[in-house]
Amino acid sequence: GPLSERRLMDVRLRELPAWLATCDFSLQGLLGGVQKAWSSYYDKYINVKRGGPAGISMLLAGYCLLSYGWNYQHISKISFLVSV
Amino acid sequence: LTRSLAPLLPSAPAALRSLPPPVAVSVLHTTRPLHTTQQCLAPLPPLPEKGGEVRHGLIPEEFFQFLYPKTGVTGPYMLGTGLLLYLLSKEIYVINHETVAAACILSVIIYGVKKYGSDVAAFADKLNEEKVAKALAVKNEAIKNLETAIEQEKKEQWRVEGRSYLFDAKRNNIAMLLETNYRERLLTVYNEVKKRLDYQVALQNLKRQKEQDHMIQWVEKNVVQSITPQQQKDSIAKCILDLRALSKSAQAA
Repeated sequence: GPLSERRLMDVRLRELPAWLATCDFSLQGLLGGVQKAWSSYYDKYINVKRGGPAGISMLLAGYCLLSYGWNYQHISKISFLVSV
Repeated sequence: LTRSLAPLLPSAPAALRSLPPPVAVSVLHTTRPLHTTQQCLAPLPPLPEKGGEVRHGLIPEEFFQFLYPKTGVTGPYMLGTGLLLYLLSKEIYVINHETVAAACILSVIIYGVKKYGSDVAAFADKLNEEKVAKALAVKNEAIKNLETAIEQEKKEQWRVEGRSYLFDAKRNNIAMLLETNYRERLLTVYNEVKKRLDYQVALQNLKRQKEQDHMIQWVEKNVVQSITPQQQKDSIAKCILDLRALSKSAQAA
């Protein structure tokens, strides 16, 4: 189908810049994209009849990684490593 | 709409048919496409049974399937090991006190989930079941009530057919009442007339009786008056003579 309506996984590598150009990077577009991503994740892993630990554990793992990334500068300092 | 329905209703008056079609027709056509959109809100589609497949509780199955054609089954694990070793050796992930704490916490969590996960899931499922059962019970109750209402309505419609018998019975009752009333009044009329006639008859009888009595009395009185004392003596002497004659003949016999 047309380029702008395909999802990221269906876009070939050489079409990637063109596909990025068709993306909507305004504030509303970004918020809409975040909303869509969250709702698709929610519907796939959390809003089911018999879910498991997978739904929130992935969210927690992502949170751990993100917080490690944000605090990396502080963690890697020698003063922090020596203190405890 | 009325134009299309007109041939089906031949009894509709011609005046109604000649009117222009109502405005609701055009409005109805504009509202029609609303129901053909994809998002139909009722009834809601049921929730999927299971969530997306996740391996080791962290990595979605799609990742493994994505790497399978190129690297086979062990590909993602090799990737994971290599990535881990790279992060550790390059000190991108620094081992500190928090690593030990995280390892302890994770082991406890994983042990807890593995041991009590199924029980908690069963309990949550039971709660859900109860909620769904309650809602379903309400729905069934409502359906049953509506069905009984429908049956009663049909019964009422059937009863309507018996209207004619009811009215016949009522008409008979009223006719009988009228008849009875008429006959009662006839009886009173008859009784009244009879009373009056009887009165007249009694009156005449009384009058005749009185006349008779009076006449008898009058005759008796006059007769008694007409018997003069001389006649009395003569009749008494005659009687004595007769008696003597009789006694003589009786003595002789």
